[in-house]
Amino acid sequence: MAAPSIPSVTVNGRPLPLAGVSPHTTALDWLRGTGLTGAKEGCAEGECGACSVLVARPDGDGTRWTALNACLVPAAALDGQEVITAEGLGTPDDLHPVQHEMAVRGGSQCGYCTPGFVCSMAAEFYRSDRAADGPGAEVGPRERGPNGFDLTALSGNLCRCTGYRPIRDAAYALGSPSPDDHLAARVHRPAPAPAATRIEDRTGVFVRPRDLGEALALLGEHPGAQPVAGCTDWGVEVNLRGARAPYVVALDRIPQLREVAIPAGSDGTFELGAALSLSEVELALAGRVPLLAEVLALFASRLIRNAATIGGNLATASPIGDLAPALLALEATVVLVAADGDREVPIDELFTGYRRSQLRPGELIRSVRIPQPLAGHTAFHKIAKRRYDDISSVAVGFALDVVDGTVVRAKVGLGGVAATPVRARATEAALEGRPWSAATARAAAAVLRGEGTPLDDHRASAAYRAAMLEQSLLKLWSASGPSRAGGEASP
Amino acid sequence: MSELSERPVDAVVGLEVPHESAALHATGTALYTDDLVVRTKDCLHAHPVQAPHAHARVTALRAAPALAVPGVVRVLTAEDVPGVNDSGVRGDEPLFPSEVSYVGQAVCWVLGETAEAARLGAAAVEVDYEVLTSLVLVTEAIAAGSFQGGRPTVARGDVEHGLATSARVFRGVTEMAGQEHFYLETQCSLAHVDEAGQVFVQSSTQHPSETQEVVAHVLGLHAHHVTVQSLRMGGAFGGKEMQPHGYAAVAALGAVLTGRPVRVRLTRTQDLTMTGKRHGFHAGWTVGFDPDGRLQALDVTLTADGGWSLDLSEPVLARALCHVDNAYWIPHVRLHGRIVRTNKTSQTAFRGFGGPQGMLVIEDILGRCARPLGVDPLDLRRRNFYAEGQSTPYGQTVRHPERARLVWDQVVASGRVEERRPEIAAFNATHEHTKRGLAVTPVKFGIAFNFKAFNQAGALVHVYKDGSVLINHGGTEMGQGLHTKMLQVAATTLGVPLERIRLAPTRTDKVPNTSATAASSGADLNGAAVKHACLQIRSRLDELAAGREIAWEDLVREGYLGRVPLWAAGFYRTDGVEWDAARMQGHPFKYFVYGAAAAEVEVDGFTGAYRILRVDIVHDVGDSLSPLVDLGQIEGGFVQGAGWLTLEDLRWDESDGPTRGRLLTQAASTYKLPSLSEMPEVFHVSLLQGAHEDGAVYGSKAVGEPPLMLALSVREAIRSAVAAFGRDRDSVELPSPATPEAVFWAIERARAGATDEPVAHVAPGVG
Repeated sequence: MAAPSIPSVTVNGRPLPLAGVSPHTTALDWLRGTGLTGAKEGCAEGECGACSVLVARPDGDGTRWTALNACLVPAAALDGQEVITAEGLGTPDDLHPVQHEMAVRGGSQCGYCTPGFVCSMAAEFYRSDRAADGPGAEVGPRERGPNGFDLTALSGNLCRCTGYRPIRDAAYALGSPSPDDHLAARVHRPAPAPAATRIEDRTGVFVRPRDLGEALALLGEHPGAQPVAGCTDWGVEVNLRGARAPYVVALDRIPQLREVAIPAGSDGTFELGAALSLSEVELALAGRVPLLAEVLALFASRLIRNAATIGGNLATASPIGDLAPALLALEATVVLVAADGDREVPIDELFTGYRRSQLRPGELIRSVRIPQPLAGHTAFHKIAKRRYDDISSVAVGFALDVVDGTVVRAKVGLGGVAATPVRARATEAALEGRPWSAATARAAAAVLRGEGTPLDDHRASAAYRAAMLEQSLLKLWSASGPSRAGGEASP
Repeated sequence: MSELSERPVDAVVGLEVPHESAALHATGTALYTDDLVVRTKDCLHAHPVQAPHAHARVTALRAAPALAVPGVVRVLTAEDVPGVNDSGVRGDEPLFPSEVSYVGQAVCWVLGETAEAARLGAAAVEVDYEVLTSLVLVTEAIAAGSFQGGRPTVARGDVEHGLATSARVFRGVTEMAGQEHFYLETQCSLAHVDEAGQVFVQSSTQHPSETQEVVAHVLGLHAHHVTVQSLRMGGAFGGKEMQPHGYAAVAALGAVLTGRPVRVRLTRTQDLTMTGKRHGFHAGWTVGFDPDGRLQALDVTLTADGGWSLDLSEPVLARALCHVDNAYWIPHVRLHGRIVRTNKTSQTAFRGFGGPQGMLVIEDILGRCARPLGVDPLDLRRRNFYAEGQSTPYGQTVRHPERARLVWDQVVASGRVEERRPEIAAFNATHEHTKRGLAVTPVKFGIAFNFKAFNQAGALVHVYKDGSVLINHGGTEMGQGLHTKMLQVAATTLGVPLERIRLAPTRTDKVPNTSATAASSGADLNGAAVKHACLQIRSRLDELAAGREIAWEDLVREGYLGRVPLWAAGFYRTDGVEWDAARMQGHPFKYFVYGAAAAEVEVDGFTGAYRILRVDIVHDVGDSLSPLVDLGQIEGGFVQGAGWLTLEDLRWDESDGPTRGRLLTQAASTYKLPSLSEMPEVFHVSLLQGAHEDGAVYGSKAVGEPPLMLALSVREAIRSAVAAFGRDRDSVELPSPATPEAVFWAIERARAGATDEPVAHVAPGVG
């Protein structure tokens, strides 16, 4: 599809020129500046979802209405795309089904978060496989409505008034889109192709290269360039800390960074393109890597996962970054690409210091590889104040193989306890070759407690972090067999 | 039945109707103050210069570098203030301070053509400070003798005698953190000087009249030169009762000085670091029980962390002192209160207004003493309920004390509490690492402002010739459904359908001298005023109709032609409320609201994380004016209260480092409020039936604040679950908030068989 010559976004069915936007103007500020003030700013860091809007994203040959935090996405990144806001779903006299359920059930009180909830809810309303997830579907029943509605679709939306019960009831009361619903019909046609965008003002340039070669060339020409993908980290830097870059290069739609290889059997390697959003990774893997499925369900919120990419999560080299502890346990590797070719780096060598990695200037993450066979017993323990949409104080990924009662392989990845995500090698040594028993678990837990150098901060004390390391292994042991767990529900 | 409370047949009040703006909310077409900016030509944007020190003298301020930033139009400083340089009504909150008292305080404001220009301009302003010593912790302030405001005492009986004759006496300390309002819409004002020279301020404020008053005194104008409109608020919860004034004043000052509209909208981090929060409290207590666990005597010193200025700390403290008793009769009481001045944001009103903190003290005492007393916590609470004829420590007779028992017994029955307790015990016996706990707690909450003058309200109702009705009243809409209720009141009183009535945004030039929409009293006060106005019109038209069957529109037209006034001003003042603030005695409350909640939680012994499995609530709203609205207030208040008690964790830098006094949790990513995953998994709320309140409009009761305190049941349920990890007979001390980390350490102590220290078993007296 040819890129429009003048940068513009189709909003609620109408093309709106991206006039006067700067490379750092957020989609939210731009939309509100056009008079579409339904989307609100509640936090400007992707935590509250008051700015949620729907964006038409590719889904195979069709389209998936995908809810995104408009406060994080640069307006320029939406060039050539289709966006629906709460105003575009319905009007007060002709409410959309989602709006109707929210309105009549007391789903709004002050109403400020409501347009965002409505957009997140509409994305799930239009999810094509929703009905198949209805009664009898296998996923956590506590968060799945009788209509297949996945309540975690709303995990990135905060409401301070209602206590959420009426919002849940509204979500669970939704039927299927009517036959003449044009947004439902839209999902059967391809999503808009990415535009070759270049938007520039005196503060800088936003460029969306067409392919990997162009991206690498741009990064080579502009040493201070900021590569971005989902902007869930960059957007926060821009909004909260005033970060500005002279040159912003958008990578999230580059085809060579979005390739997926899913092996048919239990041999072969999973390969996940770095520019896939975490939601796309969830869909692509479809539970084939249970440890990642467990992490992704707890990773931030649906709104964030719809934007954040697997490569972006690793490239920021956050000491917490929930994917890293799991990928460490999975012994994943990362393929790095530069103008002079590719190199493959084991993930435990990727991080070199606090928010620093092996990535050289001009180099990008192309993909993440996960080798098989996968460990037979995996678990992810995330310690946070809130179950969803929270940053871990401690994250632990376990991957164990137990053969004939002996731990033959143990890989443990940790987040939040050192300057980088780390492997718990002493713990692994305390497990491998030993019988999988309460004594081994206790001994290894004591070792695990001493791994890393946890800090005191506002999320948790160092003592709690250390205790949680120990407890995570005890919990793993407790959950590892129904006989031993005394019939307890798994965590 | 009083005339005020009498409800006609076919009343529109009592019908389950959605929020009057629900369709606008859902379609993104409900406008909030900041949504008006795009409709405002040539608007300037303001950005504060925030102090980096907890306490410092401003020795120099150089605005020139900011003026060199492209797009910067002006820097507002103290020299620009034509009137009084104060953002409050007590003279202790300088708008442009020469001495900063907390990290984040605005020293001056930069106006720019764009928000970005103002931000860059603010970064360019140079300020020199002389750093002074600061107080961050309540305990530091107590030690330093840093108090502000009055030091009231509520007392009855002879506490020494009561303690001496108690069978069991315990001493302890209860500390509780504050809470950030986290209204989704941050503070926002938009001001311009209109075509008539009037300063017009759109402000997200719960108290337009006081915002008007402050804007006027800052500008050196009389009140009639300033009009404040509060369109609707994106949440407030008390955080927009006093906090908006200064921001409105900055916008108004900028508008007057530049001749252009000025917008002040705080970013989330500015809002978190600049505005007041719920007060944290420290309570030291001694309590005595008789052999059956009946409360005999209670001696409490309650210390509120007021932050840097007095703000509403005194009335908050008064309400805290008036709610330490909760639903319990305590013969001998001495409740001493004081407010420390610390170098933090100025803590302020927050849903419950001290009531939750006062109640937490007594519920904490009962929760910690039940096991050492050998009395089941449910029995201990119910046994101590007020009986008919008893009065509160501040001398008010407790009316309808039977309702506390009624709601309690109903929730125990409907929640199958007695059946579930053995099930929970069985679960706990078979689960080493997961324990459940169930608790029931009551709420008795007094309704009315302690400050008598606030208990008045006005309304202005117009009927136009075509029969359409326009209502103005003094209350503001923050999501609590006040406007919905007012429409229902007007429809009921006038006898017209809801569709004939429109409600205009709240503004000070329609109804003057209004009280804050606060203290849960919005519907009581404004509802009575709206009713009063509507009754005047109705009775004039009834007289005209003289018994004829005649359509509303025809009657109105006849009325116009017959020169009948088709508009009326309504007024209401609450009778029967008296408060002697010096003696801390009187009859401050019009009535009490009762409620009870049964909460069950499950606690993970590995992490201290918990889930709220089930909550049952029976709550008294009188005869509900609007059941869907009231249900929403109860559920939302409960979850907000649970957030305060469990999850929400304000952290301040208490170190001696360079960022001492800084709020560490100053963004949504670090200050966590409940999300969908924290909602009770099973949540049953019912309204107490047959609960007519004779003293209030159409028999209803206030609803905004009381349900928040029902969440104390969650805290007590967690305590019960933690106890199950130990020997089950020891006292469990639980910090507030009971974060997963705090719960984990409590579990560790319970497992170790520790009896938590703060409950000291004092030698029994004569008992």
